[in-house]
Amino acid sequence: MISDLFSMTVLVGILASGIRLATPYLYASIGETFSQRSGVLNLGVEGQMLLGAFAAFYVALTTENLWFGVLAAIVVGGLMGLAMAFVTINLHAEQGISGIGFYLFGLGLSDLLFQKMLGTVETVKGFPKVHIPVLSDIPVVGEIFFRQNVLVYIALALVPLAWFVLNKTTLGLKIRAVGENPEAADSLGVSVARIRYFTVVLGGIMSGVAGASLSIALLNVFQQNLTSGLGFIAVALVYFGAWRPWGVLAGALLFSLINSLQLWVQVLGIPIPSDIAVMMPYILTILVLVLTVSRVRPPSALTKSFERGD
Amino acid sequence: MSKSSQENWLPKLIDTALPVFATAAALLVGAIMLLLLKVNPVEAYKAMWDGAFGSQNALAETLVKATPLLLVGLGICISFRGDVINIGGEGQMIVGAILGTLVGLTLVDWPGWAVIPIAVVAGFIGGAIWGGIPGALKAYFNVNEILSTVMMNAIAVQLMNFLLRGPMIDPSQAALASKIPQTARLLEAFRLPRWVPTRLHLGALIAVVLAVLVYFLLWRTTWGYRIRAVGQNPDASRYAGVKVKNYIVLALVLSGAFAGLAGVMQVYGVNYRMITDGSASGFTGSAGFNGIVAALFGQLHPIGTIPASILFGALLVGANKMQRVVQVPSALITALNGLVVVFVVSSEIWRRRRQKRRMAVAVSEVEGQPPEGYPPDPDHQPEVPA
Repeated sequence: MISDLFSMTVLVGILASGIRLATPYLYASIGETFSQRSGVLNLGVEGQMLLGAFAAFYVALTTENLWFGVLAAIVVGGLMGLAMAFVTINLHAEQGISGIGFYLFGLGLSDLLFQKMLGTVETVKGFPKVHIPVLSDIPVVGEIFFRQNVLVYIALALVPLAWFVLNKTTLGLKIRAVGENPEAADSLGVSVARIRYFTVVLGGIMSGVAGASLSIALLNVFQQNLTSGLGFIAVALVYFGAWRPWGVLAGALLFSLINSLQLWVQVLGIPIPSDIAVMMPYILTILVLVLTVSRVRPPSALTKSFERGD
Repeated sequence: MSKSSQENWLPKLIDTALPVFATAAALLVGAIMLLLLKVNPVEAYKAMWDGAFGSQNALAETLVKATPLLLVGLGICISFRGDVINIGGEGQMIVGAILGTLVGLTLVDWPGWAVIPIAVVAGFIGGAIWGGIPGALKAYFNVNEILSTVMMNAIAVQLMNFLLRGPMIDPSQAALASKIPQTARLLEAFRLPRWVPTRLHLGALIAVVLAVLVYFLLWRTTWGYRIRAVGQNPDASRYAGVKVKNYIVLALVLSGAFAGLAGVMQVYGVNYRMITDGSASGFTGSAGFNGIVAALFGQLHPIGTIPASILFGALLVGANKMQRVVQVPSALITALNGLVVVFVVSSEIWRRRRQKRRMAVAVSEVEGQPPEGYPPDPDHQPEVPA
């Protein structure tokens, strides 16, 4: 019943799972924020996530060590990022289209490896919930924030860290300069290529970890097209968050809370067709993009490749 | 033969052959992957070839698979030329198919010669609406079309699932416990003619005719000229008095409409009903994405997209055979398609470098400024009065 939605337990449940669902978006979107602030649109996030998710799952399953899984996702994501960086920075390939290419590559390869190396859907014992002493005992708040798995905590901690790096460090200044005016940055001795390599590889690593957070912390399975569009939403959230880590956090939370609400609506048997409910987060994202994007300006050099004049 | 024409044809030939090199490179990577999977690549690729071209039926299946790729690809030629990145082919196919199917399921008393064209128009409109929404959002609200079209894909899938499980479900399935989410079958009179005994249908021919029409649209009409002008230089177009926003919307409307056609052709030519497995690719076979690959491969030229679609249709059909013969999942081909895209866009650098070199040569030859209008723009068209 609708009234069930407003009971305390359900509300806490919605919020707690909302935060949990936000983790993969957070990793991928924060990584993407770095790439885009330096002027590179990485549309291959979905493919990087899929390969990261598979690598993490497979390694965690075979070594029974979840951290090795995360490490595998970092390596695979980083390699995909490296390839993306080479193609867009050295070969000046169109960013959006090469991203689609990397997406298809990741989609196909992760499916191929899944069928060849696993064959069936298996489950892995993922990261357990960690109750933070004292804090987790606070009523309501404790249950929502402090009884999550470790990848959730890391994701949340990355938000202020990303804000600090982007806004308060020389590296952040260089990243922003390269994304706004690469010619000027270049003339001041900043290596545009090096900075972009850094951000795109970082973006790949974060997408890989985002995949891992799905396959060995949130869902604990791997199957074909596990991410089903999640990576593209992560890219949308960067626009939504106006290229700022805190904005990205707000977007990720909003999107996943709506998603969590939608899941609970189904659990409680409220008579809204589930297909319509699943649609809601997407419609909402479009609406919010309409309301926010027209007011903020993207990094000036976004999607523009840079070539040094002679 | 003069020196300059000798210099001209070889690089031009290489330009045209670049996608072929890109495919060869992707297949080479595929061969390495096959070796890692302990499969003989020669055997695997031979199975693919047989599966795609080995018999009359195989060839027909290749063309059946190529048809939606070509239709989606034609739309992509229009939008990408207008610098609008339409990733929403999947959703546009679905919505086009829904509207087209509704026509066939509603007008059951009408004759086939009337229903089929109405259904085709309905599919065109369905895709146009689903493309037009992101187009309007881009033009008037500055919403990135890559993101909105991806969102529209997700919405279309859910819409399809909802309709096929509920309002549009096959009445005979609704009565059963299984409740397979599918519509009723189209009446026989409403199905596109086939080249019996194969599944090759009239849609393939229609798609080829449309390719020629799209070529005329893009290079012989004011609309097409302006779409391309807006794509190449929106600021200059604006100063020339072109209503840039309208042409952004038009590019996505047309692009979506062709994907919608692809959807309706799948229903009226191949499956005779809509059925869902819950995912977009279950209905589209990922043609919404692969059509992008085909169009890029055809260098965003409608005529070039025809052989490109056949190639990728062949890869898809061949992949199924390969899966049966050497037990390599056909997902390998999805991965290779991705590599082809990456290689094709990466090889563009060759063309740009050559253009630059040619300009430098011209400058040094006249020992001063390059002559006006050099390098000549191959797409140059006289200005059409606004």
